[in-house]
Amino acid sequence: MDYEILRLIWWALLGILLIGFAVMDGFDFGTGILLPFVGRTDIERRVVINSVGPTWEGNQVWLILGGGAIFAAWPPLYAAAFSGFYLAMFLLLAALILRPVGFKFRSKFQSSGMRSLWDWALFVGGFVPALIFGVAFGNLFVGVPYGFDSDLRFHEEITLFSLLNPFALLCGLTSVAMHVLHGSTWVSLKAADAKPGERARAIMPWAALVFVVLFAVAGLWVQNLEGYKITSALDPNGPSNPTLKTVALVAGGWFANYRAVPLLWLAPVVAVLGALLAVLLRKKPLLAWISSALVPVGTISTAGLALFPFFLPSSSHPDQSLTVWDASSSKLTLQIMLACVVIFLPIVLAYTAWVYRIMRGPVRAENIMSDSNANY
Amino acid sequence: MDIVELSRLQFAATALYHFLFVPLTLGLSILLGIMETVYVMTGKQIWRDLTKFWGTLFGINFVMGVATGITMEFQFGTNWAYYSHYVGDIFGAPLAIEGLMAFFLEATFVGIFFFGWNRMSKVGHLVITWGLALGTNLSALWILIANGWMQYPVGSHFNAETMRMEVSNFMDVVFNPVAQAKFVHTVSAGYVVGAVFVLAISAFYLLRGRHVELAKRSMTVASAFGLAASLSVVVLGDESGYVAGQNQKMKVAAIEAMWNTEPAPASFTVIGIPDMATHTTKAEVKVPWVLGLIATRSVDKEVPGINNLVEAAKDRIKSGMVAYDALEKLKLDRKNAGVRKTFEAHVGDLGYGLLLKKFRPDVQNATSAEIQAAASSTVPDVPVLFWSFRFMVGLGFYFILLFAIAFYLSARRKLDHSKLFLRAAFWTLPLPWVAAELGWIVAEYGRQPWVIDGVMPTSLAVSGTAAGNVLFSLLGFVVFYSTLLVADIYLLKKYIKLGPDETLGHKVDETLVAAE
Repeated sequence: MDYEILRLIWWALLGILLIGFAVMDGFDFGTGILLPFVGRTDIERRVVINSVGPTWEGNQVWLILGGGAIFAAWPPLYAAAFSGFYLAMFLLLAALILRPVGFKFRSKFQSSGMRSLWDWALFVGGFVPALIFGVAFGNLFVGVPYGFDSDLRFHEEITLFSLLNPFALLCGLTSVAMHVLHGSTWVSLKAADAKPGERARAIMPWAALVFVVLFAVAGLWVQNLEGYKITSALDPNGPSNPTLKTVALVAGGWFANYRAVPLLWLAPVVAVLGALLAVLLRKKPLLAWISSALVPVGTISTAGLALFPFFLPSSSHPDQSLTVWDASSSKLTLQIMLACVVIFLPIVLAYTAWVYRIMRGPVRAENIMSDSNANY
Repeated sequence: MDIVELSRLQFAATALYHFLFVPLTLGLSILLGIMETVYVMTGKQIWRDLTKFWGTLFGINFVMGVATGITMEFQFGTNWAYYSHYVGDIFGAPLAIEGLMAFFLEATFVGIFFFGWNRMSKVGHLVITWGLALGTNLSALWILIANGWMQYPVGSHFNAETMRMEVSNFMDVVFNPVAQAKFVHTVSAGYVVGAVFVLAISAFYLLRGRHVELAKRSMTVASAFGLAASLSVVVLGDESGYVAGQNQKMKVAAIEAMWNTEPAPASFTVIGIPDMATHTTKAEVKVPWVLGLIATRSVDKEVPGINNLVEAAKDRIKSGMVAYDALEKLKLDRKNAGVRKTFEAHVGDLGYGLLLKKFRPDVQNATSAEIQAAASSTVPDVPVLFWSFRFMVGLGFYFILLFAIAFYLSARRKLDHSKLFLRAAFWTLPLPWVAAELGWIVAEYGRQPWVIDGVMPTSLAVSGTAAGNVLFSLLGFVVFYSTLLVADIYLLKKYIKLGPDETLGHKVDETLVAAE
């Protein structure tokens, strides 16, 4: 297989892994954000927590795998994004760390004060990652200041404050709305006949509305941003060295791919349609959840297709922006990793489906109380 | 402190924290599998209770391992960005495979382990438990394949076009002898931690006369499993020593505080006071032949001493300077065949050349004093390694003794007869963690000054982020992790004190008596 084709496949796989993460771990984040609001009493909150209790851990591996896959397939991107967004990453980690312990420890404490504290920890564990992932995506469109020296050592002038620019914050809020919507359909499904389920269904239309409006505003805003364009010859089969090309900034340039291939407009359509369908189908919880899962599918695809072939545009050294053609692993590593994914991902999906089947059906308060120590 | 020291401190702190939880997960997951297998085979309720009770403690520990593990995966990128660029082509793959093959398995099954008891058949749940154990152990395999490559970088080459190491033979990376030796040694150590945990807490119950039936059965399983594990950790540790003797000569010499090459077979220094400044060891007690036998498995091969290895490093540094010079020229003129030929001839020593970066940016012009200093910097912290290794090995032999006694007593059905033994077993509780952390220090601190042995000095591997950021995150992690650790230990103590009856909601021993 060509190096070029392998790189394309791995670009698509990165998107698939991110979408897998946003779909699977996304409703856990949303459920965490909703927890203090849709659960008012202790047992209601336990219903909400136990709705994701048996499965959140497996869902989180999509994030771990996403990180590992970027490391293995796109090492320069892993190095640049993770060290460049240093403090944002630290906040993300701190928030993510709250979740495993929050889920497990919360109901093992007896005092209501401690339980309430852990509930808010779970809220933070959902809200902060949802926000940061959105902010990170927003910054991809704006570009961040970084470059490489002749040893390909990465250097940057990125501050946490500069990452919190208005457009990125807009994307962050869009992401939060998306996660709240996806979480609300999940709570509605798993707590179908309990109060939290009812409240989640009441929140759903508002979350969908906020998402659609913010998503549309972000789309209009992008037209005024400068897009990046490779202006020199860049061999798609060439070595992964991001210092060998030239790049120009073009007003409205992020729409270039959409102008070239109008079919791509399907991606934002799927995102908006998913949000609307989730609301329309909210009386049929499973269908509503599947609809809200389409939102991250459409949203991440929208962003990825606009940015292609760029990953992380550099605002200070645009020529050195990381792209699909000059930021990958060697051909051999891409081949080996592709083989691993082709073999193991179907197995993972199979036993994940099996586990969800075992745990199917709504979570009820009486079931939690009957084995109070074992449940979350 | 500069960014290198801060980054190293943060990595050590977060890794040592993470490694408090991982060995217990490794060992306890197998013990849970064994206990539940007995339940499925005998159908006796008490074995189900046993599995569920130890499972509760397992769960509290497990989430701490997960929580601190997320940091580990992100940290290569956040704090070791140049490392990630330089070796990501090789090092990233086992990490991604770990996620795909191991983390998904253990994380997906761990939820069902807790929530699935009444939702599936006995055998179905047993499959889940063993799947969980398999997942945790596979994760150890892949991370140690990654780590083994840092210790002994096989199957790879430097690519001047991309300015990084790239894989040339992935099978060599997977079947790296150092990785394989480390894997079996490390998981065995985890099994010892799990076995001591069960043994010590059961001893606590027997001393109090509580949950006697559950505690005796737990001890029986733990003593058999612990004896096998503690024997294998020492035997396989010896294998690690042999493999290191082949491939990491400096580390072996430092562990032994062996300053000068001795005529074969080398003697083993049992105890002494190594002095870094004078390169001597005072008050040595030596046993002839033993080191030669461990490190070379022969009586006629030499084990090289530290001073001799420093001399050899000098030659490699000089060759590395040639490689560096050629690489600088290649950057300006990629097509120059003559320069490329020179580079190819010396590229194997490029890493040694990079040791000079600490002393001057233009490596190719280093003075002989700088070369000497760079060569001396290849010596790790001898006293720390010397003592860490001896305490670790001493503990290893102690665990064998403890489990041998436990095994004897359990075979004789006299586990609750000796208060002295029960007290010893209880007070052993923290010791396997001490041994495991010392093992980490020997392996990783002993790798210094290299992050990748012979390929990349640690000081070059860091990110370009501001040192203040790293100080902030380091303090953040320490405060944050310590808070969580307090909650973790509080809950473990709470559930151990509550005991199985309260935890499971019924009298465990009485169900047994009623059944019989």
